[in-house]
Amino acid sequence: MADQSPHGPGARETGGTIVACATPPGRGGVAVIRVSGSGARAIARKMLGEAPPARQARLASLADSSGEVLDQGLALFFPAPNSFTGEDVLELQVHGSPVGCELLIARICELGARPAGPGEFSRRAFLNDRMDLSQAEAVADLIDAASASAARAAARSLRGAFSETVEALIARLTGLRAQLEATLDFPDEEIDLLEDREIKAGFVELGKQFARVTGAAERGRILRDGLNVVISGRPNAGKSSLLNALVGESAAIVADEPGTTRDLVRAGISVRGVPVELVDTAGLRAAEGGVEREGVRRARKALAEADLVLRVWDAAAGGLEPQPKPGRIVVRNKIDLTGEPPGVAADGVVNVSATAETGLEALRALLAESAGGPGEGAFSARARHVNSLREAQRRYREAAGLLERGHSPELIAEELRLAQERLAEITGAVSSDDLLGEIFSQFCIGK
Amino acid sequence: MSQAEFDLIVVGGGHAGTEAALAAARMGARTGLITHRLDTLGQMSCNPAIGGVGKGHLAREIDALGGLMAQAADRAGIHFRRLNSSKGPAVRATRAQADRQLYRAAVRRALETARGLTLLQDSADDLLLESGRIRGVRTSSGLELRARAVVLTVGTFLGGQIHVGAARRPGGREGELPANRLAQRLRELDLPVGRLKTGTPPRLDAASVDFTVMRRQPGDRPRPVFSFMGRRDHHPRQVECHITHTTEATHDIVRARLRESPMYSGAIESTGPRYCPSLEDKVVRFAHRSSHQIFVEPEGLTSTEVYPNGISTSLPADAQLEFLATIPGFERARMSRPGYAIEYDYFDPRSLGADLQTQAIAGLYFAGQINGTTGYEEAGAQGLLAGINAALAVAGQPAFTPGREEAYMGVLVDDLVTRGVTEPYRMFTSRAEYRLRLREDNADARLTPAGRRLGLVGEARWKAFCVKQEAIAAERARLERCRATGADAAGAENALALLRRPDWDYPRVTALPEVGRRTAARGEWPELARQIEEGVEIEVRYAGYLKRQEAEIRRSRRMRNTSLPPELDYAGVGGLSNEAREKLARVRPATIGQAERIPGMTPAAVSRLLVHMKKRELQCA
Repeated sequence: MADQSPHGPGARETGGTIVACATPPGRGGVAVIRVSGSGARAIARKMLGEAPPARQARLASLADSSGEVLDQGLALFFPAPNSFTGEDVLELQVHGSPVGCELLIARICELGARPAGPGEFSRRAFLNDRMDLSQAEAVADLIDAASASAARAAARSLRGAFSETVEALIARLTGLRAQLEATLDFPDEEIDLLEDREIKAGFVELGKQFARVTGAAERGRILRDGLNVVISGRPNAGKSSLLNALVGESAAIVADEPGTTRDLVRAGISVRGVPVELVDTAGLRAAEGGVEREGVRRARKALAEADLVLRVWDAAAGGLEPQPKPGRIVVRNKIDLTGEPPGVAADGVVNVSATAETGLEALRALLAESAGGPGEGAFSARARHVNSLREAQRRYREAAGLLERGHSPELIAEELRLAQERLAEITGAVSSDDLLGEIFSQFCIGK
Repeated sequence: MSQAEFDLIVVGGGHAGTEAALAAARMGARTGLITHRLDTLGQMSCNPAIGGVGKGHLAREIDALGGLMAQAADRAGIHFRRLNSSKGPAVRATRAQADRQLYRAAVRRALETARGLTLLQDSADDLLLESGRIRGVRTSSGLELRARAVVLTVGTFLGGQIHVGAARRPGGREGELPANRLAQRLRELDLPVGRLKTGTPPRLDAASVDFTVMRRQPGDRPRPVFSFMGRRDHHPRQVECHITHTTEATHDIVRARLRESPMYSGAIESTGPRYCPSLEDKVVRFAHRSSHQIFVEPEGLTSTEVYPNGISTSLPADAQLEFLATIPGFERARMSRPGYAIEYDYFDPRSLGADLQTQAIAGLYFAGQINGTTGYEEAGAQGLLAGINAALAVAGQPAFTPGREEAYMGVLVDDLVTRGVTEPYRMFTSRAEYRLRLREDNADARLTPAGRRLGLVGEARWKAFCVKQEAIAAERARLERCRATGADAAGAENALALLRRPDWDYPRVTALPEVGRRTAARGEWPELARQIEEGVEIEVRYAGYLKRQEAEIRRSRRMRNTSLPPELDYAGVGGLSNEAREKLARVRPATIGQAERIPGMTPAAVSRLLVHMKKRELQCA
C-alpha cells in the first residue's frame, strides 16, 4: 500500500541541522564528526561552552548530558557560507572508536540535530553552490552509491522483530487516520455514531505500540552495527569453516543474534576495529522441501541486502571460478590441498585455508578496506529510523493531548498526518490515495 | 470582430466550459463558446447539488477568482447546509441543493450578459491545426472558426457506452448524442486514453413518493450563503430534504439479480469510483450491513422528479422497479428514468502541463471530465484555470498555476498532471497536505488578490474583499487592546488571548461587557459581518498551526521551485533508471518538487535530476 521508494533520506526531509561521522567507521585513529545547518552554532556553544572562533582548531572535552566526558578532541567551526556545505558547520575530530562516535552523535542529536541521510552533506554542498562541474559529477555517483547502500542498510535495519513492530505501528496509525479522515471527508455517512469510542481505543493502542517500539530502541536491544558480509558458495566449499576461522580468531564476538533462523547463521566480529556481521548462508542449493525453499529464499534476500559478499570457492573442485568485483571478494579455500601460496593472488582472488588458518590476514585486510566505502552501516540506518520513530511519537503525543482536551478533530488529524510522514521515512510513504483506499475498504461510503 | 475570428474558443457548455468562457472573456479575450444546445448551458447532469466537503472548497475558490458557480448556487439553492460545523474550520463546507432550472437560468444569464463572449449553437467536428499549433475548430455546419487557443470541455462524450442490465447503447449523457466525429479526430492525435466507469440511480416521479415515512432533513440555521458576495435574499424558497434507506428485502433482490448487472456479468471491465459504489457493490462488499441510507434529493421547486442519491445501479430496469418497492417511501414510486452505468474514455491528464495545456498541441487546453475527474466543482475549477491560462497565453503572459499550498485547485491540477487517475477523480480534504490553510473561509484571502491582478475580480467584489480584510485586522487589534477581567477569564492577558482557549469562541468573548461587540464598517452587510467575525476567530485560534505549516512550506520551497524546462531530454540525464525516465518523460514535471511527487520516483533519481540541472546551469554560465 505504500510507495516503497524513499527508504533513506526521504527527500521530503530537506531541512534541519544534520550530523554524521564524516570518516569511514573504525579507520585509523581519528574520526571526524560533522554537524551542518542553522543549529550548528548553538550546538557548538552547548558542547564547547563558548561561541567558537571561525576556522580555528581548539581542544575540547566533549561530554554527555550528565557532564560525563565522552571524548577529547579538536573542534573547528566554519561559519556559512565558507564551509563544506555552505551552511554553518561544526567539525569535531575525535578518537575513532565507533561506539564513542555513536555516543557523541547521540548527544548532538539531543541538542537539536538529526542523523544525516546518506549523501546529505554532499547534496547540501551541491545545492548551495559549493561545487564545480567535475565535483558535481562525482556527487551524483556518490549519492547513487550512498542511496543504494542506504537502501541495503535500511532493509537490514528493518529485519525481524523491529520490522514487524514498525509495520504493525504503521498499520495501526493508518487505520486510525482512515477512521478520523472518514468522519471529516464524509460527514453525511453513518460512521459518526461509532467514531468516538473506537477512535479513543485506537489512540490508546497506538500509544502502547509506540512505547513498545521506542522502548526497545532505547534499551539498545535492537541496535546492531557493522559491515554486513554474507558468505556464499556451493555446499562443501568450506563456508562454515571460514566463518568459524574468522570468528575463532577474533578477539571480540560483538553479538550473536538470538532466534536466528535455522538456515542463516550470524556472527558479529571485529576486523581491525570495524564491526562486521558475518552471515553464513549454509544450505544454498537446489531445494526440495518447503522449509528448504524458504531457506533459499532467505539466503537470496540476505545476498541482496549484503554490503559485501564472500564468494567461497573450493580450490580442489576445479570448474569456472567467479571473478572478484566491487562488492564481492572471491575466496579460494582449501589451498592446503592444492599447495597454492596464501594471500591475494594476481587475479585478485584471496587464497586461504580455513582449516590450516592461512591467508586469513590478507582476507581481513580486504574486509577492513571494503568497510571504508561510501556506505552506510545498519547502525546509522537504524539510528535514523529510531530518530524518525521518536519524532512520530512526539506528534502522536501531541495528537493524544489535543483529543484529551477536546480540540477539533481536524487538528488531531493534522498531528497524525505529521506522525505518518515521520514514519514514512522508515518504510516509504503512505500517500493520500492509499489513505483513501483504507477509508473505502473500512467504510461503506457513497451516496 | 469577425464572427469567425476569436482569441479563444471554448468547446462545451457544461460547468468547465462556462467557467472557462466567462473567465477568458472577463480578462479581455474575444471568446467564443460552442455548445450543441444552448438550452443545456449549465446543466446539472448528475445530482442537483453544489458543494460538500472538498467540493465546497473548490466552489469557494472559483468564487474568489470571480467565477460563477457559487453565485449561481446562491440564486438556485433550495436547501443549504454547512457540513462539519463542529469539526474545525478547515473541514467546514457549504453544500446547496439546487433547483436545476434556476441554476441553468443563472448560468445562462451570466453568459448572455458577459462582454466579449459569443455563444454559438453548433458542434465542433474538427480541430484546425497548423504545424503543431491549434488554429481553431471546424463546426458541423461547415464554419471554420479561427482562434489562437481552444479549450476542450467536452465531458464524457468520448466512446460513451451506457449499460442498463444486458442492454447497452452508445451515448454521452442520457438523452444526448455522443459527439463521435471530434472523438475520432482526437483519437488520431494519439493522445493517451484511458477508460472509466460511473453510474447513476433511477429517477423517480416525486408525486409517487411518500415522504411522510422518511426522516426529514431541514436546511441549516442560520442558513449559509455560498458566495463571498452572497446574501440570503438571493435565495429562492427553501425546501426540506428527506432520508430513507434500503432494507434486507432490497438487498435480497439485488443479490438474486446480481448476475444481470453488467459489472458482475463481466460486460463492464473498467473500474468505478471507490467513493461512489453502486448498490450492487454495497450489497456485495458490505454484506453485514442490513441497510444503506438514501438521500432523496429534490430536483427543484417545480420539477416533478427526485434523485435518490445512494442507489446508483445498472441492474435491468425491471429489477430496479422491483427493489425500489422495498424501500420505505418508494413502495408505489414510479420510475421516470432507470439508473444506468456509463463507461467512457478520458485523456490521461499526465500529458497536460500544469496550465492544463496539452503537451502535444500548443494552444489546446483540456478541462473537466475529459481529464478523468468527476463533479461540477472539479470541472468548474479546471475550466476556470484553463480559461485563465488560455487567455494569458494569447496575451503572451506567463501561466497562472496556484500551488498545492495555495488552493485546492492547485492540489487538483497537480494530482491530475503528476499522478494521473485510476478512478474518476473527486476532491477530498485528505488530499491536501496543507489542509489547515486551505479553508472555505479564507479562499478569498488566498486567491482574490491574484484574481484582481488577472482582471477577473470586478469593483464590487474587490471593495467587499478590502472591507472584510481591513475589518478583520481592525477587530484583532481591538481585541488585543481589550483587557478581559471576568472571573472566567483569569490569567488571560487580553481578549485575544482568551479567544485562543479551546472553550471560548468569538460570541462568548464579545459577550463580556468589557469587550463588547464590534462596530460594523461601512459597506458591510449581515452575511459579510458574519464572515468577518468568523475570520477573526479562526485566524486567532489557528495561528500556531498556520505558522507551523508555513515553516514547512518554506522549507520545501526551494526544492519545489527548481524548475525543469519542458523540452528537457530525459534520455540525456545520466544515471536514471528506465522506469524513472519513462515516467518523467510522460509527466514532464515543471519543477523538481513535482518530479518528486510522481509515484515511484526515488530520492536517487531526484538527486540525478538536480545534478543534471546544476550541470546545465554551470555549463551555461
